[in-house]
Amino acid sequence: MLAYLIRRLFAAVVMLVVIILVVFGIFFLVPKWAGVDIATSFVGKQADPASVEAVRQKLGLGDPIFVQAWEFFKAIFAGRTYSGGGDVTECAAPCFGYSFRSEQAVWPVLTERFPVTLALALGAAVLWLIFGLAAGVLSALKRGTLWDRGAMVVALAGVSLPIYFTGLLSLAVFSHSLGWINAEFVPLDESFSGWFGGMILPWITLAFLYAAMYARITRATMMEILGEDYIRTARAKGLKEQVVIRKHAMRSTLTPLLTMLGMDLGALMGGAILTETTFSLPGLGQKVLDAIQNQDLPFILGVVLITSLAVLIANLVVDVLYAVIDPRVRLA
Amino acid sequence: MTIPAQSSGATLTKDAAPGETLLKVTGLQKHFPIKKGLLQRQVGAVRAVDGIDFEVRSGETLGVVGESGCGKSTMGRLITRLLEPTAGKVEFEGKDITHLGVGGMRPLRRDVQMIFQDPYSSLNPRHTIGTIVSAPFKLQGVEPEGGVKKEVQRLLSVVGLNPEHYNRYPHEFSGGQRQRIGIARALALNPKLVVADEPVSALDVSIQAQVVNLLDDLQTELGLTYVIIAHDLSVVRHVSDRIAVMYLGKIMELADRDLLYKTPMHPYTKALMSAVPIPDPARRGAKSERILLKGDVPSPIAPPSGCRFHTRCWKATQICTTTEPPLKELRPGQQVACHHPENFEDQAPQDVVLLTAAKEAAELVSEDALAESAATSAAVAAEVEAIAEANDEMTAPSTVAAPDEATAASTDDVTATSTDEPGEEAAAPATSSTDAPATSKTDTPEAPVAPEVTDEEPPAKEK
Amino acid sequence: MTELSKSGAAVGEPTGTSPAPKAFLEVRDLKVHFPTDDGLVKSVDGLTFQLEKGKTLGIVGESGSGKSVTSLGIMGLHTAGQYGKRKAQISGEIWLDGTELLSADPDHVRKLRGRNMAMIFQDPLSALHPYYTIGQQIVEAYRIHHDVDKKTAKRRAVEMLDRVGIPQPDKRVDSYPHEFSGGMRQRAMIAMSLVNNPELLIADEPTTALDVTVQAQILDLIRDLQKEFGSAVIIITHDLGVVAELADDLLVMYGGRCVERGPAEKVFYEPRHPYTWGLLGSMPRLDRDQQERLIPVKGSPPSLINLPSGCAFNPRCPYADVPKDDVTRTVRPELTEVGGRHWAACHMSQEQRERIWTEEIAPKL
Repeated sequence: MLAYLIRRLFAAVVMLVVIILVVFGIFFLVPKWAGVDIATSFVGKQADPASVEAVRQKLGLGDPIFVQAWEFFKAIFAGRTYSGGGDVTECAAPCFGYSFRSEQAVWPVLTERFPVTLALALGAAVLWLIFGLAAGVLSALKRGTLWDRGAMVVALAGVSLPIYFTGLLSLAVFSHSLGWINAEFVPLDESFSGWFGGMILPWITLAFLYAAMYARITRATMMEILGEDYIRTARAKGLKEQVVIRKHAMRSTLTPLLTMLGMDLGALMGGAILTETTFSLPGLGQKVLDAIQNQDLPFILGVVLITSLAVLIANLVVDVLYAVIDPRVRLA
Repeated sequence: MTIPAQSSGATLTKDAAPGETLLKVTGLQKHFPIKKGLLQRQVGAVRAVDGIDFEVRSGETLGVVGESGCGKSTMGRLITRLLEPTAGKVEFEGKDITHLGVGGMRPLRRDVQMIFQDPYSSLNPRHTIGTIVSAPFKLQGVEPEGGVKKEVQRLLSVVGLNPEHYNRYPHEFSGGQRQRIGIARALALNPKLVVADEPVSALDVSIQAQVVNLLDDLQTELGLTYVIIAHDLSVVRHVSDRIAVMYLGKIMELADRDLLYKTPMHPYTKALMSAVPIPDPARRGAKSERILLKGDVPSPIAPPSGCRFHTRCWKATQICTTTEPPLKELRPGQQVACHHPENFEDQAPQDVVLLTAAKEAAELVSEDALAESAATSAAVAAEVEAIAEANDEMTAPSTVAAPDEATAASTDDVTATSTDEPGEEAAAPATSSTDAPATSKTDTPEAPVAPEVTDEEPPAKEK
Repeated sequence: MTELSKSGAAVGEPTGTSPAPKAFLEVRDLKVHFPTDDGLVKSVDGLTFQLEKGKTLGIVGESGSGKSVTSLGIMGLHTAGQYGKRKAQISGEIWLDGTELLSADPDHVRKLRGRNMAMIFQDPLSALHPYYTIGQQIVEAYRIHHDVDKKTAKRRAVEMLDRVGIPQPDKRVDSYPHEFSGGMRQRAMIAMSLVNNPELLIADEPTTALDVTVQAQILDLIRDLQKEFGSAVIIITHDLGVVAELADDLLVMYGGRCVERGPAEKVFYEPRHPYTWGLLGSMPRLDRDQQERLIPVKGSPPSLINLPSGCAFNPRCPYADVPKDDVTRTVRPELTEVGGRHWAACHMSQEQRERIWTEEIAPKL
């Protein structure tokens, strides 16, 4: 088990380094090949050549690629000092550089906004796991009944309806018409109930999409597992049906769901951005959209790295859970 | 080798005359590497097939038996070149095909065909029977006389299916019928060698017999050569002329069918055969005949040293742990890799102390079986010797072990004999089994011990 | 005939009213039907037999003959894994030690399961839960029926593993199924099913997935354990060799029905049904001189949805035309007694069958 953990951890670190290098490649080399000058886009198109040159020197854009890569890499872990044209800027670790637009350091913006996105994602994940699993298991056990058909129709709706539609619909119904929920975002340190109230609709909206998918997968997996020989063995022992389901069938059903969860946490980012825009949450989402529109490379890069890190950690957790559930994984 | 320009798929003429060696395998090995860690370093290998030699003669059926994991299926895939051997040589009609690529194998694919175990997964469910059986013609670019469709329908009727079912899909057929389709496909190009991997084990008993009989008829009719791989000893006995017994990637015994079943020489062969349940209630619990083997087959990743069977053998002595016995022809038509064979004189008589493991194993073997084994060994030793002396063979051992001494363990019996040539030869480290045929000529008395079997002709099937 | 009319009388009557049988296990006119999209699959269609403690019954048949469904029906597991509307239909009577199971409270039957009747399955790898250790699974089986703490139960598990011949049982008890070899897994499975000393043990193809040398070990073990525990054993297999090793009585199934039943010796030496002849002729035998040719049964097993009318075996039977008036194709033959405790369901007269067996079949085997 320990060896398995160490191996996973090591693999995660290697993965992180690879991600950083690939991200560097995409954002610093691709514009170069595309004929876009990063220094120019940093300073602005109308800037005079001298200031462009100063920025180029300050950012080290004239250096050989591997030197730039190293600087980029080092900045993330040790910070970086930009100096050029008599003008020195200290960027503390972790340094992702400065936004082209706001000229703010990227990292503080990320740390300010990331927790909101994280809370949205985690909250939604918890919700969809609970509801998706419950609905899936119930459907599997009541196969062919009205309940099963109903749940699967809802699930189909969840999978096919776009987030901004369900989001706006829930806003219109629960917040505006019924007035049950105040959908204004309130920071957590101000009021927990206010924060919770503000998050609940976004959570549900985001979770709806995934819960639907998980319900379908859970149903299919559960049905397959219930036909397994070892479930028959469990029944042959004289176990009560609910114990058979809870202890024997559920544990096996979790394995494919975990695999999915590991992958979905990465894809979740897209859904989170849409949800945040729909509900005007001050998470990364709005900023990312802006950054993409403005080709704010350092910011996009920071977001990509921080989300990669989150996905990496999430997958590490999933891997560990996987090994806890399935003893055969520990050997591999 | 020349490929006949087969204009007709129905031609029955064969290149190789009956009795000629069609397939020759020497020192064949297949190791599957085990890789571990991030860098996928090779940390070991599954030695699925670990140095085997045999020949398949034209027109005969070679049966290959063994338990799961003994490498018999891998061997089948190696000789049909679905896998590439790690080492050794495969010759088909004298041509080395060991490392031929896909293109190089193409002409040979029409001469060597395979029948698979599972009639459900080996046929593409989306193709009609016509498409499946005619695929070999398309792949080889052969246009049979009278057109593909006619030929396919002929093949279907040959294997006992209705030719009008040409346009049906596999799921419309039962397991036995699907296996017939698989056989029709294998026969399409009029192959010389058909390798069948567990052709009947997925079928019901009554259907098994149909397919076994069909294979039998096709051989008579088309002069096919078979290599039939199976775990069921009774099926193998029924279909084979010669039988190879495999254990952990090695051939333990390779002998003519009747010799093998009447007088098995390798203890493993004997144990294997005694384990088959006999459908006769009168023999229920006939423990006197049964040899139970201790524990499980060891891992092919780290097979035991010396003789691979020594960890479970009740006759194992020191030499078995250190020296691998070569596959030697101890009697015409019977090759055995054992230091202390059953039904024959001991090959390492100087080595008498049983291993502890062997003593434990012997507890599972009934007294009767032990006594019988001792008796037959001694009797055969005496007989061999008598013949040898009569023929003035210089290599024969010089002592006489009377059969009535046989109540003692066979190993004890031979203690009385002086260590003579056969023993020394066997004791000499014979790591490569490739030289077994060579040595066998010198130490096997040429006198016909089993006169009904001669070396040159393949034993004709009793018809 | 007496046998059949007795069980025939039970049909239609409310279950539980017919007199409780003397036999330890008695199955009367058992039917298990599965509704499917294509129609009603009559997996078992009127099966009757008895079994005493300490005795072994072998049920022989090909795939789809209903032999496995019979065992699931006795265990009350025929509906297992079926959720929703379509469930298996079961009728008849199953008496276990004086209790009728089909009319009994399901929770009562559940409590008998694992304690009074236990089962060994064909493939021990898939029949053991991959995520729990062997020990955990045996402990669970024990603690359902015994109010003991985990420690005591684990001691019991180790004891059972030791009894079935697993080396170092105190260490192996903490292994997972995938860390065991095939033979060891089946031993563990047997240990698990015997942990509560059941009086009825059903072994469904217990050695089919195993190698022949391991099979010999397992058959030996089952025989020894039966002697030790004195339980009634049902062994279900397609392998006549395996039943010959173990069974006292034999029941041959075809198309969901019993075609022949009797003491093993009778069924092997004086079989009175053409299907039994077919099975014996299909089998290459090591204990005989080389047979020239096997005598297969022509055709393939019937569909359980659409059984041939009359005798289900008639399309495959070489003697279907021996009885007059096409009776084999119109009337379903009933089981009739052909000798002491020996029944067969065939339209041919006793004399005809005796003659065919001794003159045509037996010499070729």
